[in-house]
Amino acid sequence: MVASANTRLRLETVKLTALFGQQRAVRDVSLLFPAHTVTAIIGPSGCGKSTLLRCLNRMHELTPGASVMGQVLLDNVDIYGGDVSPVELRRRIGMVFQRPTPFPTMSIYDNVAAGLRVNGKRTRGQLNDAVNRALQQAALWDEVKDRLHTSALDLSGGQQQRLCIARAVAPQPEILLLDEPTASLDPAGTQRIEELCHALKRLYTIVIVTHNMQQAARVSDYTAFMYLGSLIEVGKTNEIFTKPKEEQTEAYITGRFG
Amino acid sequence: MSRRAFWRHLTSRVMTGLIVVLSFLAVFALILIFTDLVLKGASSLDWAFFTKSPVPAGQNGGGVANAIVGTGIVVGLAALIGVPIGVGAGLYLAEYGSGKLGFMVRFIADVLNGTPSIVVGIVAWTFIVRPTHRFSAIAGSVALAVLMVPMLARTTEEMVRLVPHSLREAALALGYPRWRTSLKVVARTALGGIVTGCLVGVARVAGETAPLLFTALGNLNFTTTITQPMQTLSLQIYVYATGPFEEWHRLAWASALVLMGLVLVISLTARWVTRQRHGSIR
Repeated sequence: MVASANTRLRLETVKLTALFGQQRAVRDVSLLFPAHTVTAIIGPSGCGKSTLLRCLNRMHELTPGASVMGQVLLDNVDIYGGDVSPVELRRRIGMVFQRPTPFPTMSIYDNVAAGLRVNGKRTRGQLNDAVNRALQQAALWDEVKDRLHTSALDLSGGQQQRLCIARAVAPQPEILLLDEPTASLDPAGTQRIEELCHALKRLYTIVIVTHNMQQAARVSDYTAFMYLGSLIEVGKTNEIFTKPKEEQTEAYITGRFG
Repeated sequence: MSRRAFWRHLTSRVMTGLIVVLSFLAVFALILIFTDLVLKGASSLDWAFFTKSPVPAGQNGGGVANAIVGTGIVVGLAALIGVPIGVGAGLYLAEYGSGKLGFMVRFIADVLNGTPSIVVGIVAWTFIVRPTHRFSAIAGSVALAVLMVPMLARTTEEMVRLVPHSLREAALALGYPRWRTSLKVVARTALGGIVTGCLVGVARVAGETAPLLFTALGNLNFTTTITQPMQTLSLQIYVYATGPFEEWHRLAWASALVLMGLVLVISLTARWVTRQRHGSIR
């Protein structure tokens, strides 16, 4: 059911502008995220890439004073439309943050099951299967299968981040948003997350924000370059990195600024 | 050693010494009180003291079982009333209290926190004792609860605010409704701190006398009926210490020791809970 729905799934922004008070953090961005691909959003600090990502699951509006203009279409339905519940929406779009955020009072198992329980899945069998599958997908199962009921805080930073990915994919969302998921990890942890991106795009549409250009080049199919809140250029990743059309893009990826 | 280095050393030594003396003075009061209580009260602590009710004035013997049980009931009831309200208000302040109402609640809590406890006693007398035409344990509990609520509200708010914002976002991004985020993730993470705050609040009001003077009133007989006047350790100490009999003074010292011990035990439990809060904020 998920696979067939996902093949038709389209996520796109139409003239999206995100504001903090009067200040425009994202300006007039129209961007399509093709199904079952990894799209990387790159750009220097403060260019609005994280804000853009947070508009996609309506997390942006939780900041006091924040607002959004324009549209975000998920299967041609504007997620900012009046009859869309942000709570329901966020169950369809998983998110992983810069720093690992396991729930400290919960065990490894309960962390992964958290999103399922809130979705109304309650029976032991359902939960066990889903937790097992999510941990397998996050490549964490082998490391934690013998201590599922111990505290999630006993895991290493990299393991915690993979736990967060497992937690995000457990309710089988359609889209996975990654906000600089490797920013606080060592090279080995980073590599594992990047491998996961490759593996998971069969199942989910992935949008990853990163300021590490090598990472964007390694994991993504499409790359969007943002600067000062505007979308400068978007295209196939290998084209962006080998023959960018815009001068600013070239300057950024060759390291002349940012 | 140069002159400057010498002076710098000397200043450092003097200041360090001063701080040590001051910290000792701060603890000195507690040590003084406690040793005094033990010296004058410990000898009266026998089986009868804990199991018997007071005997008529002028006679020797008897105990304060009524006051010990009374303290348990009055303070327990106060916690039963005060903890849900105080913790609920604190949770509200931390999670939703950024608006005008939050500002008002916070301000009122601060004013209430500074209100003399005897005033709270008078209020409880006006609204409970007078309409019901009788002094009662429950009136005393309400007075103590009123004292507890602003304390708990503010400590709970502080504890909940310590929970990292990223944890809230993680829950919301997972599709948690806001109320569920507050209860299941934020409050649970702060639970250790909230429990500590509650215990400290209970310990604080357990020693209160003034708000009980015209509410629980005191009672020389053993009773567990909360609609009747009830004795507490603090009231017992007040009556016995100001009374004319040598025997009463002896019992007052012992009661004070017991009350102090009780508060100490609650405080130590609070410490222990803080250290045990596995998984919450460290």
